[in-house]
Amino acid sequence: MIMKLAMAGLLATTVMAVVPAQAETLRLLTWGSYAPDELVKKFEEKYPDITVEVTFSNNEEMIAKLRATGGAGFDLAQPSHDRIFAVQQEYNIYKPLDLSKINTDAMQAKLLDGVKANTTIDGEVYAVPHQWGTSGLMANKSVAPDVKAWGDLCDPQYKGKTSMRLKRTILLGMAFDMGEDPFAAYADLDKYQSILDKVADKLIDCKDNLKAYWKGGDDLSAMMMSGEIVASETWDSTAYKLYGENKDIVFVPPKTGALAWIDTFAIPRKGEADDAAYKWINFVLEPENVKIMSASTGAIAAVEGGKDLLPDDKKAAVNAAFTDADIDNLKFFANIPAGVEDMEGKTLEKIKAATGSE
Amino acid sequence: MMQKDIKRLSLILLFAPFALWIFLLIVLPHLGMFYISVREKVGPRMYEFGLGNYINFFTEPIYWNTLIRTGSMSLLVTALALLLGFPIAYYIAKIAGNRTRGALFLMCLIPLWVSDLIRAFGWILLLRETGIISSSLQWAGVINTPIEFLYNDAAVIMGLVYTVILFMIVPLVSTLDGMDNAMIEAGYNLGGNGPTVLRRIIIPYAMPGIVSGCIVVFMLTAGSYLTPILLGGKNSSWFTEQIYDQFITRYNWESGAAFGFLLLAFTSLVVWGGLKLSGQTLNSTVAKS
Repeated sequence: MIMKLAMAGLLATTVMAVVPAQAETLRLLTWGSYAPDELVKKFEEKYPDITVEVTFSNNEEMIAKLRATGGAGFDLAQPSHDRIFAVQQEYNIYKPLDLSKINTDAMQAKLLDGVKANTTIDGEVYAVPHQWGTSGLMANKSVAPDVKAWGDLCDPQYKGKTSMRLKRTILLGMAFDMGEDPFAAYADLDKYQSILDKVADKLIDCKDNLKAYWKGGDDLSAMMMSGEIVASETWDSTAYKLYGENKDIVFVPPKTGALAWIDTFAIPRKGEADDAAYKWINFVLEPENVKIMSASTGAIAAVEGGKDLLPDDKKAAVNAAFTDADIDNLKFFANIPAGVEDMEGKTLEKIKAATGSE
Repeated sequence: MMQKDIKRLSLILLFAPFALWIFLLIVLPHLGMFYISVREKVGPRMYEFGLGNYINFFTEPIYWNTLIRTGSMSLLVTALALLLGFPIAYYIAKIAGNRTRGALFLMCLIPLWVSDLIRAFGWILLLRETGIISSSLQWAGVINTPIEFLYNDAAVIMGLVYTVILFMIVPLVSTLDGMDNAMIEAGYNLGGNGPTVLRRIIIPYAMPGIVSGCIVVFMLTAGSYLTPILLGGKNSSWFTEQIYDQFITRYNWESGAAFGFLLLAFTSLVVWGGLKLSGQTLNSTVAKS
């Protein structure tokens, strides 16, 4: 038995060792819908010696996966721009990018500079932008036309008919709504804690007004489409999808500004297919491929004129949601300093555990 | 001599996969977890040995409240599963004929062929405000406005009972099956009525099955993740969710690992207490059925 096991083990390792020699594998760790089949097929046709393996995840799980292996197991990851600096300092899971291998000319200069500024450590750049989008509000215009600010989710006239995700986005949005600037307070964590305490009180009072906390795009869509809720905190892409089915459901940038994120490309420290990773980055930023990508993700590519490369229905949804003033008012997520996740986590737990209001 | 060696060798060979499994997949990861749980983070990439993560749990009421809540709800689920499962098991073991027995058993099994996630979504479809139950009640004229059955503790308990009841039924059927019908008849012949026979003869006989079913159900419930998360409401926190948050959203593996051990210790304590109260031992219950 042991002999057999050993043999099997030996066989397995040889097989694993042989595969990359025949064809390179690009192991992509990304968000659901960020690697549409159509695009993967096109890429594999263009580079027949590369096979693409996709793992869908989210910010937190991406970091947890890479942290568990010290940055091995994947060749390209796509965390958001605010999740790189502190994580890299703490866990060292990415390697610096070789910008000469990336077609940075294709990227929108403002976003590229922003991401570079956010992710440069010791003079090395760790990420470049891919797509951006926002978090804000979604409302059914026909029944909740007055939803304009984060705080309106707690408006008693919509009692039992609003929802939010109990994550850091709503903490930040509510802080802005209360006239604070949480990103500025990142520099002074005591100040930030006092803001969080205020926000927690507000959200605990607000609990009674909510139907439920949504956990993913699917349950949010189901509640919104069925009319069980009339307004909610949301990702813009979820709102755009629903707009396609019901023109009354629109994305509403809160009057204090929608919160904007940029998903990036970063290469894990023990990635084994850097060249393939660079090829993928350049490939998905080509205009005709951006179209396929944006159709699948609903997010806007970080290339010049990215909005015009959205499919028509999504473009209509964006235009229905944003004015130019709204775009100027965007609040980009600031780098999360070490320790803030813990403070926010405790606040979220406190809100979840509060039972006074049911 | 030769004979003895062969015997020994075959014993080792038979035992090896099991030992490897236990060691590589249970003991080793737990040792690693324990090591992480006694590490205190003092700065980026700097750790110190200490029990801070455990102390943290006791000083923060949210954490132990959640654990107690999870524990008490799991006990409730166990009790409900026993109440509902016992008559079913009794019917299958004692009353049903040989042919229906197989069919009944199969019917209990069928829900397990579907994944946890799908079952939870099934409940969501039934219970939500615009779901099947609410709309049929409206159609029947029982209620006027839609009612939300989802997102509360009752929904969580119902979902959990549904998921785990099979693990209560199986050990009960197997113990009740071994009981001689003559014992029940004798009970009646000696003047006992239904409740007395149940209390004095059937339950004591089925005790090993009851206890082993309860242990399995309690462990499964306290450690479940999907059902409480998907069916639970604004206030229903579950301890496994707390552990997930520590590991994943807060990058705090140290306290997540400590919480994991606390959950293990807590459930073991409850099981130990249950065994003491019922006067059973692990050997007479789980090991038997």
